[in-house]
Formats: sequence, structure tokens, C-alpha cells
Amino acid sequence: MNNTAIIFAKRNLKLKSVNAKKFALWLFIVSICMLFAGLTSAYIVKKSDGRWLEFEMPDMFLYSTLVLILSSITMHWTYSKAKDNSLKAVKIGITGTAIIALAFFYMQYLAWIELVAEDVFFVGNPSGSFVYVFSGLHLAHLIGGLVFLLVIFLDTINYKVHSKNMLTIEMCTTYWHFLGVLWIYLYLFLVMNN
Amino acid sequence: MSITDIQITEKLTHGDDHHDDHQEQSFIFKYIFSTDHKTIAKQFLITGIFWAILGGGLSVLFRLQLGFPDMDMGFLQPFLGDWISNSGKLDPEFYLAMITMHGTIMVFFVLTAGLSGTFSNYLIPLQLGARDMASGFMNLLSYWFFFLSSIIMFISMFLSTGPASGGWTIYPPLSALPQAMSGSGMGMTLWLVSMVFFIASTLLGGINYITTVINLRTEGMTFRRMPLTIWAFFITAVLGLLSFPVLVACVLLLVFDRSFGTSFYLSEIFIGGEALPNLGGSPILFQHLFWFLGHPEVYIVILPALGITSEVISTNSRKPIFGYTAMIGSILAIAFLSFIVWAHHMFITGMNPFLGSIFMFLTLIIAIPSAVKAFNYITTLWKGNLVFTPAMLFSIGLVSFFISGGLTGLFLGNAAIDINLHDTYFVVAHFHLVMGSAAFFGLLAGVYHWFPKMFGRMMDEKLGYIHFWLTFVGVYLVFFPLHYIGIAGFPRRYYSFTNFDAFSSFVDLNSFVTVAAFITFGAQFIFLFNFFYNIFKGKKAPINPWNSNTLEWTTPRVPEHGNWPGEIPKVYRWPYDYSKPGAKDDFIPQTIPYHKTEESNTDFENEEGKKERFDN
Repeated sequence: MNNTAIIFAKRNLKLKSVNAKKFALWLFIVSICMLFAGLTSAYIVKKSDGRWLEFEMPDMFLYSTLVLILSSITMHWTYSKAKDNSLKAVKIGITGTAIIALAFFYMQYLAWIELVAEDVFFVGNPSGSFVYVFSGLHLAHLIGGLVFLLVIFLDTINYKVHSKNMLTIEMCTTYWHFLGVLWIYLYLFLVMNN
Repeated sequence: MSITDIQITEKLTHGDDHHDDHQEQSFIFKYIFSTDHKTIAKQFLITGIFWAILGGGLSVLFRLQLGFPDMDMGFLQPFLGDWISNSGKLDPEFYLAMITMHGTIMVFFVLTAGLSGTFSNYLIPLQLGARDMASGFMNLLSYWFFFLSSIIMFISMFLSTGPASGGWTIYPPLSALPQAMSGSGMGMTLWLVSMVFFIASTLLGGINYITTVINLRTEGMTFRRMPLTIWAFFITAVLGLLSFPVLVACVLLLVFDRSFGTSFYLSEIFIGGEALPNLGGSPILFQHLFWFLGHPEVYIVILPALGITSEVISTNSRKPIFGYTAMIGSILAIAFLSFIVWAHHMFITGMNPFLGSIFMFLTLIIAIPSAVKAFNYITTLWKGNLVFTPAMLFSIGLVSFFISGGLTGLFLGNAAIDINLHDTYFVVAHFHLVMGSAAFFGLLAGVYHWFPKMFGRMMDEKLGYIHFWLTFVGVYLVFFPLHYIGIAGFPRRYYSFTNFDAFSSFVDLNSFVTVAAFITFGAQFIFLFNFFYNIFKGKKAPINPWNSNTLEWTTPRVPEHGNWPGEIPKVYRWPYDYSKPGAKDDFIPQTIPYHKTEESNTDFENEEGKKERFDN
């Protein structure tokens, strides 16, 4: 290998390394995965133990899942608009995503009401309690996502989000998609186990 | 200029920014809310030492009860107040509180935060050639969450109802029902709150360590050239990242059971003849979740100590570490296996014997990577030019404990034998040797070895030797007899054995253990004096007191924020070139390029040396 080739190889090596903040976000996502992996395994262990209350999952969870997928789509649209430097569209996109997310919150609340109507309470048989814990904890993480949206909204106002400065919005998009995937996993898990 | 150069200049200016701030930084931002990894490491160390004194002090107190059950403890009334009855007896509930706090403090606050927090923070940037951690702010948060968690746990010890008392494993239903014992009330609540902050601290720290190791290695520092300390800290952080969230899940469900009345862990419980409303839960579920963290946790405790030992033993044997790749492989193997053996803590929960035999098999496999490590330490020592610094002695002590404590692990890992030995003093002896004392010796070895870098001064060697021999002999005198007591059937956590005739022949042995515990605990004050006195008055340390190869010894005597005043050094070789045949000195630091050491190079290294010339 000649001199330039070596330097070139090195450059490539450097360029490939992931941004530290982005990497930290992925590690955070891994820890959230472990949290829910722990909870869902607890669910399986408890279920195999018997004394398990069977009930119908509220339809509202299906609709809220669709709404959350919609918010992921708008988030991705926002991200692509930031790439094109159309900041006005970015602001609209962020606001839209946040509003859809709030709708999701409300729909989860409606789903809980449906559960209560079925006589499935938070305090009672663990099979019901788990549903509240899964959806509640997911919402808690979604609050973090909303805060993140607020941060990039303020960044956009201050012209800190544009095609040359995509880091924060990219991280926000990653986290948002992750929350969507997480909920789909939880929803499918609950449906298949009931 | 290549891209790499630009990156370095960027980092340099970044470091210089900090440097400028430094001059104007007030005391508060320099020493208290500092984002410098070195200051944060010292904060972790000092807090860890405080907890170690407290945790050790508690153990001495309850040893007093076990060794001399008829003793009049009235003289402790000024400290313990109502916990000592008027007839001079220790309150049995407080005894349980003390063993719970001893376990919690030692496992989490001393050997997790005190050990990983100190040395991961201190050594990762210094040994990798980074200016600081990936995120100084997250690091700052990590310490202050730990501090907050410490404060809450400390306050819980002064409650009139006592701190958490259900054992450090906080098994429900004991811990879930406030009416079960006085410690399960407010004390348990504070324990849980404290642990939430502790977990947040560990996760913030862990994410930072992993990111730093992956992203901020200096040029030339490939994974195959990383010191084994860094490998150990790295894998430890990965273990923490994967296991602590499961403890969150576990604790969260317990909080719901305690405070909201759910029934995850509770079912069909009668108190005073009256049935509780909880139905459908299972306390075994808690054990599964708890030990899924709990078992990796013991490796979170021991792996950093093993990493420190690798470094210290190689440096002070003046020999390359034996089997560098095997060491990394065994760390990875231990880390992987640690996640699939948790049920060996639960052999007597009525688990399916077939499942038990699978967990037994997996558990016994851990003996292989552990033996590889022990073997490699011994072969590194073999025919080395041993330099017996205090750090070296403590490292060899660690190897000794790791072997003698590890052997009893083979017994306990067998489901059939464990049914007999479960929850006896045999278990206590096992884990205090293999995990407790071994990790503690790793911590001490690390302090003795890196003290000159941390504070720019030397610790006194003679006091170090006295400290070592008293502690080393003391630890064996305390824990070896416990094996006999355990085989005889003494259950752990019992307040008193005087009611059982079968155990009366062990009274003297118990008294002996208590005396030994007092001597061992007393010896730690020699260390404390040596440590605190020499921070201020010690002899000034040379730049590289142990003739070591790693990067931290290329920094100034007291490194400023940013670690290296000029450019970050480049790395050209692995860290274990000690006593290389043909070399001038018996050590070649990682910063010396191959083309400057032609006299000691292998053919392959000569080729590498030619490439280096091209680059420059």
C-alpha cells in the first residue's frame, strides 16, 4: 500500500465512526428495550403461573396504534423537510407531530376507560395491571419524546436546524420511530397473549 | 492536513476553551460541580470510602452480636439510642436492618459506584488518550444522582422505624407489606427511591463509558491495543446497561404493589388471620426479575477489579500479561454467561428440577473463563521480576481470594448440594471471598497504584504493607471459619443461635471470627490515614513511578482539565511490552513507535515500523 492509500484508508475509518451523541442515544434505546424486555418476560412468567384473568383488548388500542404510526410518518416528513432547508415546513411538521402525539395520549386514556368498563382495573389481577403498566410506561417515555420535540422546535426558531445541522432532529426522529416500534411491539404482544 | 488532524485541532481548541475557563472557575465549579472526569472520579472515590467505613462499621456491630450474644451493649446506647434495650441487648429488628444496609451499601454504593465510578471515570479517558468523557455534563449528573441517592439512603438509617430490613435482595412479600416488619414501612420506601436515583446514575455513567470507549480512542488505539482495565470497564458498563433496566422493571412493580395495591408479587396472604385482597401475584416473579439484574451485578462488581489486577500484575511482574486475547475472551464469556445463570439463586423455590439442572450446567461453565483468568494471572507472575508494591500485593491477594472463593462456587452451583447449603453461612463465606473481598482488594490495588496520578503524591509503602498483611490474613480468618459454620447448618441473617443446642460447639469459633473482623476493620484505618495524609503531605510523585506503559503516565504530574497540555499522544503498540528481549529498558510505553525500537522488533513489527514512517 502506498502512502496516499494508507491515509485514505485512515480517513475512511475516521469518517465512519458514529457521532458520540447519536451513539449515546442508541445506548439509551438499548436500556429502554431491556426495561420492556424485563416487563414482558415477567408477563410471560406470570401468565404461565396460572390464576390469569382473560379479557378482550380494547379496540381503541388498535386505533391509537394507527395514530402513532401516522405521527411517525409526519415526523419523517419533518426530517426530510429539514434536509431541504424549508424551515417553515419543519415547524409545521413538529407541531403536527406533537398534536398527533397528544391525540395518542387521549386515545390511550380512552382505551383505559374501555378496560375499566370491562372490569379490568389497575389494582386487581396482574394480567390487567400489566396492560396499564405497559401503556403507562410507554406514555412516560413519550413525554420525553414531546420534550425532545419542543427542544428541536426552539432550535428551528433559532435557525439551528438545517441541512448542515441535522444532528438533533435526526436523533429526535430516531427516538420517535423507536417509540412507535416499541408501542407496536407492546400492542402485538398484548394482543397475541390475550 | 488530513481529516484526523483537523479533528485533533478541534478537540485541542475545545480543551483549551476549558483550560481558559479553568483560570476563572470558582471553587464550586472546579471541585464540586466539575465536569472533569478526574474530579468526578475522586468524588466517587471519597463518597465510596465514606460508605465503606459505614458499611464496614455496621458489619462489625452485628458481628459483635453474633460473636458475643450475651454481651452488655449498653455502651453503644449513646450512638444507637433505642436500638439498644435497657438491658443492653441489640434490638432484633435493628439487627436485620443492619445486615440489609450492610449488603446494600457494600454491593451498590461501595463496589459498584465506588469501584466502577472511580476507576472507569478516572482511567477510561486517561488510558485511551481522550481529553475527557464523551459527555462531561452526563458525567456530572451521574455523580450527583449518586450523591442524592446516597443522601436518601443515609437519611433512611435515622428513621425511628429503621431503614429497610428485608435483606439487600428485598424479597416480597416481606418488603411489600408495611405491616410485615417495621423496616418495610418508610425505610423501604426510601430504599426504593434511593435505588431509582442510583440506577439513573449508573445508566448515565455506563452510557458515557461505552460511548467514550467506542468513539474517543486516540489515533492508533485499536481495540487490540486497549489495556485490559479498559476492556473490563467497557464490558462492565455494557453489563450495567443491560441489567439495571431490568431492576427498574422489578422495583417499579414492587412500588406499585406497595403504594397502589396491585398484586404483581402478592397473593393469598393472611395477616393476623385476615386475608389481604391481593390475588394472582407471585413472589417468585420478583426473584426472577431481581436476579436477572442481581447475577450480572456480581460481575459488575468483580470485573473492574479483575481489570485493575491485570494491569497491576503485568506492570509489577515486568512481564507482558499472559494470554491477552484469552483475558478479553474470558471477560466476554463471563459477561455473556452472567445473563443466563440467574436461577441458580433460586434452586429451592420449587423450580422444575430439569430447569435446575440446565441452570446448574450453565453456572458451572463460568468456572472455565474464571479459571482462565486465574491461570493467566499466575502464569504472568511466574518467573517475573516481581516488584512488591502495595498495589501488587493487593492484586495477588485478589487472585488468592478469587480462587479460594471460586472453588466453593462449584459446590453452590450444584443444585443438589445447594439445597443443603442454601442460605447458610457457607454462602456468606463464598461470596464474601470471591466477590466482596476480591473486589475490595481490586479497589485498594487501584487506589495504591493510581494514587500518584490522582493526587501527584506517593502513598507510604510501609503503611501499605502493614495494611495489606493485616487485611489479607484478617479476611481469611473472618471468612474461612464461616465455611464450617455454614456446613454445620447455621442459617444466615439470624439474630441469635443461643437457643439451638446443636450450635453451642460453634460459640468459640463465632467469637474468634468477630475478633478477626475487628482487627481487619481496624487495619483499614491505617489505610485511611495513609490516604488522606498523603493527599496533602505525601512525597511528590515522579511522572511514571511504576515504569508503566499506559498513556496516563505520559501526562504531567497533576494533569489539568484536558489531560495533555499539548497534542494527544498517538499509540503505536499494545500496553504490555515489558522486558521485551533486546530492548534498552524493561518497558516500552505505548507512545514509542516501532521504527524507534528496531533492536527489539519482530519481523512483523519491523513491517509496521516501515508503515509508520510513511505516515509521518
